[in-house]
Amino acid sequence: MYQIVRKEVFSPTIKLMDIKAPDVARKVQAGQFIILRIDEHGERIPLTVADFDREKGIITIIFQEVGYSTIALGKLEAGQYLLDFVGPLGEATQVENFGKVVCVGGGVGIAPVYPIARALKEAGNEVISIIGARTKELLFWEEEMKAISDRLFVATDDGSYGRKGFVTDILKEVIAEGNVARVWGIGPVVMMRAVSEVTRPSGIKTIVSMNPIMVDGTGMCGACRISVGNETKFACVDGPEFDGHLVDWDLALRRSIMYKDEEKRAMAKGQCGGGCGCH
Amino acid sequence: MGAAQSIKEYNNLPAICGRVCPQENQCEKYCVIGKKGDPVAIGRLERFAADYAMEHDSSKPERVPSNGKKVAVVGAGPAGLTCAGDLRKMGYDVTVFEALHVPGGVLMYGIPEFRLPKAVVQKEIDTLRDLGVEIKVNSVIGKIDNVNELLEQGYDAVFIGTGAGLPYFLNIPGENYNGVYSANEFLTRVNLMKGYLFPEYATPVKVGRRVAVCGAGNVAMDAARTALRLGAEEVYIVYRRSQAEIPARHEELEHALEEGVQLKLLTSPVEVLGDENGWVRGIKCLRYELGEPDESGRRRPIPIEGSEFVMEVDTVVMAIGQGPNPLVPSTTKGLETTKWGNIVADEETGQTSLEGVFAGGDIVTGAATVILAMGAGKKAAQAIDAYLKRKQNN
Repeated sequence: MYQIVRKEVFSPTIKLMDIKAPDVARKVQAGQFIILRIDEHGERIPLTVADFDREKGIITIIFQEVGYSTIALGKLEAGQYLLDFVGPLGEATQVENFGKVVCVGGGVGIAPVYPIARALKEAGNEVISIIGARTKELLFWEEEMKAISDRLFVATDDGSYGRKGFVTDILKEVIAEGNVARVWGIGPVVMMRAVSEVTRPSGIKTIVSMNPIMVDGTGMCGACRISVGNETKFACVDGPEFDGHLVDWDLALRRSIMYKDEEKRAMAKGQCGGGCGCH
Repeated sequence: MGAAQSIKEYNNLPAICGRVCPQENQCEKYCVIGKKGDPVAIGRLERFAADYAMEHDSSKPERVPSNGKKVAVVGAGPAGLTCAGDLRKMGYDVTVFEALHVPGGVLMYGIPEFRLPKAVVQKEIDTLRDLGVEIKVNSVIGKIDNVNELLEQGYDAVFIGTGAGLPYFLNIPGENYNGVYSANEFLTRVNLMKGYLFPEYATPVKVGRRVAVCGAGNVAMDAARTALRLGAEEVYIVYRRSQAEIPARHEELEHALEEGVQLKLLTSPVEVLGDENGWVRGIKCLRYELGEPDESGRRRPIPIEGSEFVMEVDTVVMAIGQGPNPLVPSTTKGLETTKWGNIVADEETGQTSLEGVFAGGDIVTGAATVILAMGAGKKAAQAIDAYLKRKQNN
């Protein structure tokens, strides 16, 4: 059992949890993910690590309530336990001194971008970060990102905070300044695709972090297959980070909605509010 | 009870062996009674004796005192659990590291409930725990600690039994359409995650009306029979040779046919076809004929030119075999592997290229049977015992 030692509610649908998982915290690196299971009936939920504290044995996760299982997760409080928590899974981010790098986090993708940007900064890079969300309520960790970035830009689609527009609008301007060696773009599939399209003409290497449907997370089932440079890859062991210019985005989008109907059924089942013992 | 006791002296998992081992090839084939009529149904007897003991014997096995030596076992499948049980009985302190959230390996995620009830596996695992075997789930060796680090941390020996956990695909166009599963994924969703109880259990599994299972081994039969139970109307085994060459146990094939699984023999898919939403709508297949025997002794299937046809299906399960999962071999420094990624280990002892590191089961042999993996675990336990005694005496 893995205790939730702290919970922070950023917005009604975006929440942070610190989980006591010393084995994971000992070895985890930026870019890797964990898989958790709430209880005996739960599915295995993959989440990219948002932060870690090796000494305290803590892994921080941030998630958006988008479906049955993440809503159930959001109902748990500090002091309660998760049944299963396994990691670190996947390959770590390749961190070197590249020079000038841009880290773009869209929506809940700000969470996994944070430790990557921090590691890049520690490796001596000039780190320019761009974070954005649909609206102000869905933004978080502005201060945290500012603290580890040389420059930070913030955008909201509706203009309720920061610049009105998309993270890609700002990214274009930063690239126009010149000398960008590498870009990280993490967020929803459409956002990562947009980031990759912005950098494609200039050929700036762009790393995205794929979060497809997974089951075991150790390369055993192949549920997470994506196509990269016309080659099938398992995101769980070959990734989760890939070259955004080589990812087959249409395929990734199609595969991400494979269980849309089932998700609706599960949600309908949970409409009584869950946790009530009536189902 | 006496029978169960006798079996358990040699076999840590009799209720499992009685159900899934191919006795017709192992022992019943050689049975002298079989020369005049049917052989002694030793598999069924083993199953009964083990089940009877499980139900009626509430006594716990006696715990052997610790000899102070520690052994790590990587992977809680048939090989690892057997090795762990034997070593514990010899007095070693054994810790088993399992990547998934339950121990059992293929017995839990792969073999379906109707063939091997999970409660039976759980009981056998409980017995190992009663013996004093420590099992750590959610522990991915290679990611938390690697094998070299386990040795540095004070384990006197390591046994690797990580199995054949890498699903193969056919590498044909369209394999990533929605509705194409590896057998591993399909069976894991159903067995390990209890997808058949969705939405009570949160992991969904999707089975359409017409299902093609590519391949004809035991795993293919499990997948086909599972698909029927999940409500598929038509389930086909698509296999490029003829019925005589089907690699599944005769018993498994018989059950599948009895239940209504249909065989599409001398047929192999060349492309998966999708609809405008990216879902499977069929598979394009070629017909085959059998030529001369190949190196496996089976007649080689030869495609018939121009024989292409389309099978309309909405779910495809690829059950064409599994390779060695690379997670542990690739993170262990100094461990020799074959070009296919299997760990090189001595057939008799399981000794690998690294001192103190032993391996057995599918990670060494490639995908095989539960009993072979258990045998390898058993031999390795003997070899580890001999190695550690030798080391102590030097």
